[in-house]
Amino acid sequence: MRPLRVRRLGVVPYGDALQLQRQLVEERKANLIPDQLLLLEHPPVITLGVKARGVRSHVLETPARLLARGIDVVETGRGGDVTYHGPGQLVGYPIIDLSPDRRDVHQYVRDLEEVLIRAVAEFGVTAGRTPGLTGVWVGDTKLAAIGVRIARWVTSHGFALNVGTNLEPFGLIVPCGITGKGITSLETLTGRPVPMSDVEAATASAFAAIFGRFVCAPSS
Amino acid sequence: MTDIMMPQMGESIAEGTIVRWIKKVGDAIDRDEPLFEISTDKVDAEIPSPVAGVLTEIKVKEGETVAVNSVVATIGAAGDTPAAGARPGPEAAGGLPEAAVGQPEIPTMAGGAAANVPAARVPDAAPTRSGGSTREELRRQKSSPLVRRIARDHNIDIGRITGSGLSGRVTKQDILGFIESGRSLAAPRAPRTGAAAGPVFQPGEHVHIVPMSVMRRKIAEHMVLSSHTSPHVYSVYEVNFSRVAGLRERKKAAYEAAGARLTFTAFIAKIAVEALREFPLVNASVDGANIVYKKDINLGIAVALENGLIVPVIRNADEKNLLGLSRAIDDLATRARAKKLNPDEVQGGTFTITNPGIFGALYGLPLINQPQVAIMGVGTIEKRAVVIDDAIAIRPMCHITLGYDHRLVDGADAGRFLTFFKERLENFEEAWV
Repeated sequence: MRPLRVRRLGVVPYGDALQLQRQLVEERKANLIPDQLLLLEHPPVITLGVKARGVRSHVLETPARLLARGIDVVETGRGGDVTYHGPGQLVGYPIIDLSPDRRDVHQYVRDLEEVLIRAVAEFGVTAGRTPGLTGVWVGDTKLAAIGVRIARWVTSHGFALNVGTNLEPFGLIVPCGITGKGITSLETLTGRPVPMSDVEAATASAFAAIFGRFVCAPSS
Repeated sequence: MTDIMMPQMGESIAEGTIVRWIKKVGDAIDRDEPLFEISTDKVDAEIPSPVAGVLTEIKVKEGETVAVNSVVATIGAAGDTPAAGARPGPEAAGGLPEAAVGQPEIPTMAGGAAANVPAARVPDAAPTRSGGSTREELRRQKSSPLVRRIARDHNIDIGRITGSGLSGRVTKQDILGFIESGRSLAAPRAPRTGAAAGPVFQPGEHVHIVPMSVMRRKIAEHMVLSSHTSPHVYSVYEVNFSRVAGLRERKKAAYEAAGARLTFTAFIAKIAVEALREFPLVNASVDGANIVYKKDINLGIAVALENGLIVPVIRNADEKNLLGLSRAIDDLATRARAKKLNPDEVQGGTFTITNPGIFGALYGLPLINQPQVAIMGVGTIEKRAVVIDDAIAIRPMCHITLGYDHRLVDGADAGRFLTFFKERLENFEEAWV
């Protein structure tokens, strides 16, 4: 079994997290570090994936009005369209090497979905998949979004699970370019406060189980 | 020379879209240095070069989708650098400029689906080398999720379709063609790579065969998609242009002095925008069981080109006055004909106006520009004998058509929309000119 280092980073600005991921991807490629799972939250930010490059029609508000609300708009290198990150949303960035036995990008995305489905089951929520629409869904509402980048089979970017997220800013975008579907959160579904640290723990252990890794001692 | 292939990023993945070339033709590259980025589903991947050398040719442009194992580029030996570097080799020199010119982006279905359009490019679709599984199984298994979804939606067994893709894989064009041919059994469309399907005409018969341009293929695909997607219904109103013609005559010179051409199209656009604001249902889209109301009014204006057409979009057309609309229409039409539009200027339209009247048509019955739900056709404006207050009068008249998607828009809605349009245009607010 390969080791997995889980890092709980708290609230990290999007740009800083991007920088950290780039650095860790290089280190992972060079085999200087073991597989990593970064768990964190972002201040309010709208991010545009590769699909949304040059097409901002899925951002429904003007840049000026977004700025006035303190929401950044950032273009990223991950797959997928547009999404929103903000406090109360658990963001996970696995920096893991899919070689030699997991070199299948679709399988990887399905595995990430499975991790989150299992994690939220701990809180009594039965989530699932919607064929053709990547992410984790409860009925017609999306609970978690997925967008991934892979370089030489080392992963970056990952998933965003709404725990106690204020869902109102999702109204500013067409999340993932999918129109006509709603967004939900763990707290909306359970009707009670859900501590972020509990969700982090459930996610980390589900991740280790699905990917066959053991969690090594947390680093500082 | 090393051929660079579209890599297979997973068992179920049959094709990939190139989103970015990190290196240019002529660039030197090291082994394992990132060469291009591809995207499949929700995953973006960076692909390193398998060899060191010089990038001598790029065969697949950014935004294009090709089958796994298609050649996307070639890398020459480092020794080729001087010749190949400064001036791409003969093949590349022949291939690239053509590719650059023949690529005026045309309005595909804005957003996600657009990336999938050239899915069936598959240049080197070899005859099947079937291993153990049957051709039918291969077709079912190797088709893309998009194709499988279309198959599911239309209740089609993919195994029944002849695939033109790699190993007989069924491409999006194959399945759309199959659906099409099912409707009109007499004329099976065969825009395929021959062999399997068998072309309708053979060279040597008394015909002249020319491959479609990229633009032609995209228009064809988009129009077939539109006719399959939307149940089209039409209402035609006759509109009196006396007042608009008078206003135009009086203000034309002033507009010209301001560097703008005051056309009938500008008046029509102005009132269409007013009507769209009044009736948001006509400025919407269908998404599954949902109605998506667009908060922006982005007005597409169809422009005929020598061998096709293009629909540049005036963004936030409701924020423009008549002068602004005149300028925008003129500018976009001019640059459309000069093939100088930016890709984002043909995307994101929420409603389209097309003008078959300029060729003399009394009225047109245009197909909707997906994923919009309505399109306005403007007929020829000419003097006709009309009855006004029980007397025969001569007035400049015009037939205005609204083609609309009956999934969303009913005849009553279209009637209200057109009545509003007619009333406002016939009494055009002078202060707006």
